[in-house]
This record gives sequence, C-alpha cells and structure tokens, in this order.
Amino acid sequence: MTKLEKNDRLVRLGLLMIALSAISVLAIITLFIFEQGTPIMFRYGFKSFLLGQDWYPSEKSFGLLPMIVGSLMVTFGALIIGVPLGLASAIFLTEFSHRRLTRILKPVIELLAGIPSVVYGFIGLMFLVPFIRDNFGGPGLSVLAASLILGIMILPTVISIAIDSIRAVPDSYREGSIALGATRWQTVRMVVLPAARSGIIAGIILGMGRAIGETMAVIMVAGNAADIPGSILAPVRTLTSNIALEMAYASGEHREALFATGVILFIIIMILNTIANVTSTRQRKK
Amino acid sequence: MGGHLRLQPRTEQRVVQFFMYLMTSIAVLVLVFILVVILKNGLPQLNLEFLTKNPADMGREGGILSTIVATIFLTFIALLVATPLGVGTAIYLTEYTVESRITRIIRFGAECLAGIPSIIFGLFGFILFVNKLKFGWSILSGGLTLAFMVLPTIIRTSEEAIKAVPSAYRLVSFSLGSTRWQTVTRVVLPSAIPGIVTGVILSIGRSIGETAAVIFTAGSALRMPTSLFSSSRTMSVHFYILAKEGVSMPKAYGTAAVLVISILVINIVTYYLMEKYIKRKS
Repeated sequence: MTKLEKNDRLVRLGLLMIALSAISVLAIITLFIFEQGTPIMFRYGFKSFLLGQDWYPSEKSFGLLPMIVGSLMVTFGALIIGVPLGLASAIFLTEFSHRRLTRILKPVIELLAGIPSVVYGFIGLMFLVPFIRDNFGGPGLSVLAASLILGIMILPTVISIAIDSIRAVPDSYREGSIALGATRWQTVRMVVLPAARSGIIAGIILGMGRAIGETMAVIMVAGNAADIPGSILAPVRTLTSNIALEMAYASGEHREALFATGVILFIIIMILNTIANVTSTRQRKK
Repeated sequence: MGGHLRLQPRTEQRVVQFFMYLMTSIAVLVLVFILVVILKNGLPQLNLEFLTKNPADMGREGGILSTIVATIFLTFIALLVATPLGVGTAIYLTEYTVESRITRIIRFGAECLAGIPSIIFGLFGFILFVNKLKFGWSILSGGLTLAFMVLPTIIRTSEEAIKAVPSAYRLVSFSLGSTRWQTVTRVVLPSAIPGIVTGVILSIGRSIGETAAVIFTAGSALRMPTSLFSSSRTMSVHFYILAKEGVSMPKAYGTAAVLVISILVINIVTYYLMEKYIKRKS
C-alpha cells in the first residue's frame, strides 16, 4: 500500500467518524432524556402520568393528561387554520397566479419563516389576546389564541413544501387533463393534487411537528393553566410549556417529572417524524 | 363530486379561483402585518444609545449591548462546532461513500435531529453541559446546545452544495493523478464554498432567534459576558423576558426590531446566495 493510499484510508475513517456525529447526538439526547425521565414514570406507574388529571408537583401529583390534551388541541387547532390557508395559497401560487406574483410572494413567505417564535408570541399577546377577550369573552389567553398563532407559524412550512410538491408534478399530466376538456380547477383537483398528495402530507406533518414542539409563542398566549380546557376560550397548557414554565425552579422529583414530560413529547415527535420520513420517501421513489 | 348545487365547471373555476385568491391574501397579509407592527413600533426606539449601552434596571432603561454581545458569542461557538461536523458529514456522504445502510442511518439521524423541538435540546443541554459537565449556565453550554440544533441544517445545505459541483471537475482532477482528498480540498470544496456559506448563514439566523434551547443553558444574567463560562442573556431571551413579564413594552419592541431586522437581512442574503449558487430543486 502506498503512503497516499494509506492517507486516503485514514481520511475516510476520520470523515466517517464525523459523519456519525448527527446520529450520535440523536442517540445521546434520547439517552439523557429517557435516563432522566423514565425512572419516575416507573415509580409512579405510566398510567398515573398519562391519565392523571392533577398536576400538583409539590404534592407529588404528576398527572400529564391536561398537557397531553392541551398539546393535541392546539396542534389540531393550528392545522385547522394553517392547512386550508397554506394549501389554498400554494395552489393559487403554483396554478392560478401570474408567474411574476409567485416570484415575489414565495420568497416573501419563506423569509417570514425565519421570524423567531417569540416574536409571533408577542404579536399574539399584544393583538390577538385582547381581541379574543373583548369579542368572544374569557381571559383571551386561550386554546383559540394558541391555535391561531401556531396556525400562522406553520403557514410558511406548509406553503413552501406544498409548492415544491405541486411543482414536481410533470406538466404532461396537466396538458393531458386540459386536452380532455377539463377546466384548470378540475385539473388541479383530479390530477395535480392526487399526484402531489404524499409531498403535501409530508409538509403538513412537518408543520404539525413544528406546532406540537413550539414553546415560547404558546406560553405567551395560552394562559398555561394546568387543567383540561372546557372550551376553546379557556386557557391551556401544553407539554412544551409545562417544561419551560417550571424548569427554572424545579428540583428533585419535580424536575424528573418535567423530564418525563419531555419523554412523552419526544415519543410523539419521533412518531410524526417517522411518518413524514416514510411518506416523503414514498413520493421520491415514485 | 355530489352536491345539491352543481355549478357549471367554468363558474366553479371562477368561484374557486376567487376563494384561493382570498386565502392567499389573508396568509400573506397576516405575515406582513407582523413585520409591519414590529418595525413600526420598534424602529422609533432604535438609536445609537440603544445599541451601545447595557441594559439597566432589569431592562427598563438603557440599551441592549450586553445581549447583542452574548448573542454573537453564542452563535459564534455554535458555528465553530457545527460547521466542521456538518461539512465533514456532507463530504463523507457525497464523496467518500455510496448509498448504503450506513448513509441511510446517517441521513435518518440528521432528519430526526432536525425535527426535535428546541425545548428538548434545552433540557438535554441543561443536563449534559450545565449539570454533568459543570459548565454552569454559560455561553459555552448555550453555544454547544445550539451547535447540535443547527447541525442538520449545515449537513443538508453542504450536501446540496457539494452535489451541485459538476462531476467533470472531479474527473479532471483524478485524471491528473490527485488523490480523493486532494480532489475534495482543492477542487470540490472551493467550488462548493458559496453553498456551504449559505447553510452557515441560515444557521446564524436560527441561532439568533432561538429562545427555548438557550434560556436553560446560557441562563439569563444581564451582565456583559466576560468569559466562556459567563451566564448571559441573548437578545431573544431578553425580548421574551421583557414582553412576558411586561417589564417595558417600548424596550421590548426595540429589541424585537433589532432581532427581526438582523434575521431578515441574514435570510435575504441567504436567499440571494441560494438562487445564485445552489440549483434549487424545481
């Protein structure tokens, strides 16, 4: 073996080590969160965590059900708002608008994806919360406010991924449909959208992951009461907020219970990631 | 498609088109509204003093200099760690291997990491860096946590940038007798630099705006950071505390404006570089 070949082998080995960094970090994070969070779940029983309705850490009562329900409610609310708006915008920008308008609006929307989540939360706190309080009643800090803010926050994600997957549908599909006498909308509904479906779904799942994982914006507008919300105007606390609100002063079992919250959040996210991963790979293979 | 009211296809098309136009306008207007509100209320707060004085009286008075410095340090550390790891990974994936089980595992790891919520990174950084490694709430703990968070972004953009280098370049280099490493460092990387830089800038933007991962790892002390181990408060954490606890709305708007303007500038530069150097998937 020449010296050059030997060096090349060393380089390859070194690069492989570096390349394993991402998966190692993922492994270490999983390990630490589970190591900190699961012992308390075994001690008190999974049922009392997942189905317990009372969160009184000082009295050793660690029911996470209100937060699980809260996270699911605001995420579902975000999808109800973000998906129709996002999909309609994506379809409009790819199939109906002038090319020039799309060239301006798509970058604008993508730029807005970079606005920090605290800023979204702040705008929600200053404008949305008082608006809801004055017009619909309740404290304003509510499921509705959190859903609206999250729905807006996932818009850029949903729009840009939907645009990419609609554009990936070959033009010959559209031409074929229009040649058969279909209108543009019929073409979109019956040909383009079905063909772009898995990409669009992957985008929605990514948006969902963003909504369920969002912390700061939600804390600012959700009111954070640890009870199962009775209506969409009632305050709500999510899994993420539960961690962020109490981490600063928690210790002992209380801190462990916050890590247990992290474990549940982690599991939900990993399931979503895997689904998104599988759906988008399926489209690529087609 | 059943329905009691059946429209002529052409009328239906008009109705739908109008509806979509409306939805798009709502989406764009809401997003632009946010920008306008922040700039309209924030820009009047900005002056030299705001940018060059430290916060006083918990942020009610003075400027935001120490938080700007903390943000820059934290971001710098994050990229110092994440860039070599990310670019190295991209080089391995594109130049040193073929698709295999290992590359699939590596890509899966990066994609999952990209989906993990920032609060989980915060918890992790708190346990590992702040507690176990005893770095305390510090620039170092915050920077390392951010490094892990932006790693997937750097991997993905570097990979795209390296893939965009025409294979003819490599063939010529090999035919001249270069080794793979020589080809990578002298031919491939120089042509891929603009794309790699794009990923780095994008990560700077994410680091600046991050709050949840930073507040539990870098802390929230308002002092000017003096070393890697100083607890310090970044701009976004400062903004969060000012706004959430109602300390001072004018100062909150001012901080938000600085945040938003820096991130917009960064994203515009990135967008320009991307259009220019990375062929975007159409």
